[in-house]
Amino acid sequence: MAHGGGGRAMARLLDTVIRPAFDDAELDRRHDGAVVEVGGPAAFTTDSYVVRPLFFPGGDIGTLAVYGTVNDLAMCGARPLYLSVGLILEEGLPLDTLRRAVASMRDAARAAGVRLVTGDTKVVDRGKADGLFVNTAGIGRVVAPAPVGPAAVRSGDAVILSGDIGRHGMAVMAARENLGFETVIESDCAPVAAPVLTLLEAGVAVHCLRDLTRGGLASAAVEIAETAGLALAFDEAAVPVRDDVAAACELLGLDPLHVANEGRFLAIVDPADVDRAVAILRDHPVSAGAVAIGEVRDGPAGRVTCRGPLGVDRVVDMLSGEQLPRIC
Amino acid sequence: MPAAGPLGQARPGERRRLRMVVRGAVQGVGFRPFVHRTANALGLAGWVRNTAAGVAIEAEGPADRLSVLVDTVLHRSPAPASIDGVDLDETEPVGGSGFAIRDSETGGAHVARVLPDLATCNDCLRELFDPADRRHRYPFVNCTRCGPRYSIVEAVPYDRSRTSMHRFAMCPACQREYDDPADRRFHAEPNACPGCGPRLDLWSPDGTSLARDDDALQAAAAAIRAGKIVAVKGIGGFHLLVDARDEAAVRRLRAAKARPSKPFAMMFPTLATVREACRPEVEEERLLGDPARPIVLIRRAAQSGLARSVAPDNPRLGALLPYAPLHHLLMHDLGFPVVATSGNRGDEPIATDEHDALRRLAGIAELFLVHDRPIVRPVDDSVVQVMCGRPQVLRRARGLAPNPVVHGGLPDGILAFGAHLKATVALTVGGNLVASQHLGDLETGPARDAYRQALDDVARLHEARPRLAVRDAHPDYASSRAAEEAGVPVVAVQHHVAHVAACMAEHGLAPPVLGVAWDGTGYGPDGTVWGGEFIRITEAGWQRVAHLRPFRLPGGEAAAREPRRSALGLLAEVYGRGAFGMTRLAAVAAFAPAEREVLRNALARGLNAPWTTSAGRLFDGFAALCGLVQRASYEGEAASALEWAAEGSRTGRSYDMPVVERGTAPLVVDWGPAVVAALADRADGMPPAAVSEALHNGLARAIVAVAVRLEAQRIVLTGGCFQNRCLTEATVAGLRTANRQVFWHGRVPPNDGGIAVGQAAWAAWRPRKEA
Ligand SMILES: [Fe+3]
Ligand SMILES: [Mg+2]
Ligand SMILES: [Zn+2]
Ligand SMILES: [Zn+2]
Repeated sequence: MAHGGGGRAMARLLDTVIRPAFDDAELDRRHDGAVVEVGGPAAFTTDSYVVRPLFFPGGDIGTLAVYGTVNDLAMCGARPLYLSVGLILEEGLPLDTLRRAVASMRDAARAAGVRLVTGDTKVVDRGKADGLFVNTAGIGRVVAPAPVGPAAVRSGDAVILSGDIGRHGMAVMAARENLGFETVIESDCAPVAAPVLTLLEAGVAVHCLRDLTRGGLASAAVEIAETAGLALAFDEAAVPVRDDVAAACELLGLDPLHVANEGRFLAIVDPADVDRAVAILRDHPVSAGAVAIGEVRDGPAGRVTCRGPLGVDRVVDMLSGEQLPRIC
Repeated sequence: MPAAGPLGQARPGERRRLRMVVRGAVQGVGFRPFVHRTANALGLAGWVRNTAAGVAIEAEGPADRLSVLVDTVLHRSPAPASIDGVDLDETEPVGGSGFAIRDSETGGAHVARVLPDLATCNDCLRELFDPADRRHRYPFVNCTRCGPRYSIVEAVPYDRSRTSMHRFAMCPACQREYDDPADRRFHAEPNACPGCGPRLDLWSPDGTSLARDDDALQAAAAAIRAGKIVAVKGIGGFHLLVDARDEAAVRRLRAAKARPSKPFAMMFPTLATVREACRPEVEEERLLGDPARPIVLIRRAAQSGLARSVAPDNPRLGALLPYAPLHHLLMHDLGFPVVATSGNRGDEPIATDEHDALRRLAGIAELFLVHDRPIVRPVDDSVVQVMCGRPQVLRRARGLAPNPVVHGGLPDGILAFGAHLKATVALTVGGNLVASQHLGDLETGPARDAYRQALDDVARLHEARPRLAVRDAHPDYASSRAAEEAGVPVVAVQHHVAHVAACMAEHGLAPPVLGVAWDGTGYGPDGTVWGGEFIRITEAGWQRVAHLRPFRLPGGEAAAREPRRSALGLLAEVYGRGAFGMTRLAAVAAFAPAEREVLRNALARGLNAPWTTSAGRLFDGFAALCGLVQRASYEGEAASALEWAAEGSRTGRSYDMPVVERGTAPLVVDWGPAVVAALADRADGMPPAAVSEALHNGLARAIVAVAVRLEAQRIVLTGGCFQNRCLTEATVAGLRTANRQVFWHGRVPPNDGGIAVGQAAWAAWRPRKEA
């Protein structure tokens, strides 16, 4: 592939690969931007996606780029509506790879009920990018009746986890490092807007939503607790981790609480609504494994504890990522 | 200690007047009555009083008697007192007669020290067991020479209204003792009696009161006799007590605490009963009776009469004698040793509040013997061992904290935040370096709470304003985070440099020094895990001059729990990929084939397999290669097993550990040949004991070789590995043979409990060097 610097080659790339894949009226107009209807307060977010390998069990960079942004909108209490897509291609990227990634973006957008309405493609020299980078930005209409976020969190609130954790990070790691696990771990990559919208439409008092991407459950919980100025306590036994994920983490010395997810979130709700909220979430396939795992408490700001099998409250820290042992 | 200089030229009978200021732990310990008694007995005139600086004395009389007074004050002060320094000068005689205790002089900087908790003294013990005494069997008897201090202090200056005793109004009889300068209880702040003081209560697990006072104590004793697990609120927190002879009861305690094999400490009724179960050396017996009453690690007797589960496969027992009157009564009534383990779960700090204890010890304790004197902060039992004939503190807590560990000469206001495990904090104040009690591992909520309290305490109780925070270089230690939030400038000190500085500070050493800092884990500035370090300290700073050969740790932190991982890392370094096929080795066979495949790949790709030079992990790896421990249930289990194995061996063999030199890079101690030799020895059927002995000797010789190669004259041995007696004794002997001066830890723990001290000492020294 050598389509840098715009011109005919780029136009051909867009015409032959990208536009047909997206199949959206807005994109087809070959205009500088999209004009969209939101109809009320809007949520607006962007994220860039870099993953090695580009394709992994349960997903690829395309699904990641669509669901990641869709989920960020959902976490704002918004219904995702429109996405933009920016592609940065490394010269030499096989066309077929691009086709597959773009096709899964299209499928993911359909699955998530969003439209890809504008986009951009750049080709950079070999070695200036790692195959394919994707940026997406998204706009959604806010449906939550009250602001959703750490500021709304109260002591006593219930903490609900939408399903088992650790699959995405372990799936990507196993695929990238070719570790030779006996079973294939599939990423949990999925759009979570639908269950979130049902919660909101059902009038559940949702105080905060947070997806558990990089840094996993641990980072999400610590961030919420820090911003809310409260403590958060949960029960280790209540946190679902699939056996294969647990075994892989154990063997590699990793803590599932710190492993990334792409289809999991925390919902912090009024304690009166916890049972109803869990029931609603369980009605959706992407959150069928939802469980109440703990509660928000008064305590040192940002203190997250996880009660282990011995009844000991281990402190869950957000780590710097250097992964150097603290234990002697 | 200054001699009685001012009286040097005096003629014996000449009348003189002496002024004396005594600094240190001299208030609230009966120091003034002691001076009063001494001066009166010598027929001297004058007075004594407390001042902000300590105790001031003016005494007048014949010069020879004044000399006796000075000598007595300096050398025969009451046990709890500890003198930091004395200022002496002479003034004009003013005549007069009689010696008085004057009212305290207030004002000025408050530098008198907060004292540690002290074991019941003999006078109080006599009263405790004297049916005619008004405090007969009163479990809270104390005086100026004994009793709680640090565990009940809420604020300074230390007086009753600022302790947790403020809720108890003294009865007239107690008040009279408290007010009488001639009485042993003159200003004994926790003074109390059955009529006015704290009371015992026996609770069921749901908090129902079952019995009070002596009935509660006797019912608790009966329950222990019947094999029950009883939580007992003592001085610095709760113990869990169970009959140490009752295997079933000890096993139930192990199951309830989910503590399969970590040794339990034991409280013995008397020294005589310790001798029945152990073989204490003279120094160990002295430590058992020390007013700090630490847990002392002592070689056990072949027939100890104790339940096997008390300390499975452990050649040493942690023994302690009763230190609170409550313990004396209980142990007197029982007459047999009991397991006395901290009232906690996992490695949390001990429970201190009876209501909190009900919650935290639910499902473990079957009865709770509690009292209503609040414990202000958790203060665990201290732990000591005898190393090369001298006491070595392994856990510095009750009876020792918050005494200074370095006296004099330090700039004030340096607050050190310690490590992540075995957390302590330390502060420079009044020229001294004071260190908090052991606060546990900062892994749990209660430990973080205790840590926050200690940070607050250390500044408040010493009326200090920290101006510099010192932390470990590890970005993810909870203590590092706390330092960053302290709101003062922060300096980071590399972990092993802090270990070395701690040992130097304890011995008052100035550079140049070669520090051998061997432990489990410390953050290396090169992004690897350090732990087998040789650090040279010069006037210019520190330099890593040698280290153990690096190897990869499969699973990072998980390796600390699974010695088999360290073994795999050692083998992979020596044998490459082939290591994963060495299934005749127990350490390799301990992994399933599929697990080995994944770990091989992870190691090859460096996935959560950090490079390390850790000596602790090297010991772990050898323990696993010897088939001793593949998975550890507590910290240090594998290294201890290896050490104990070596103690039983006298072959004198030593594995070759070449010291490799490569240009200007640090020297490398290559343990590779030792791995090869050890595997060959094991294949030849040599027992683990002989392999372990050869490893210890080899490492000791390597240390000597490095010291000689670097022409180091003074060497300090620091880090958790130097709790290991085999390693330390062999190293000390080797270095002495090579005519080197060698220092090891005594009052500052060699493990991470000493890091805060080292951080503060380093920060105190560096800025002055850099200025
Ligand atoms: Fe250390
Ligand atoms: Mg995102
Ligand atoms: Zn006493
Ligand atoms: Zn009284």
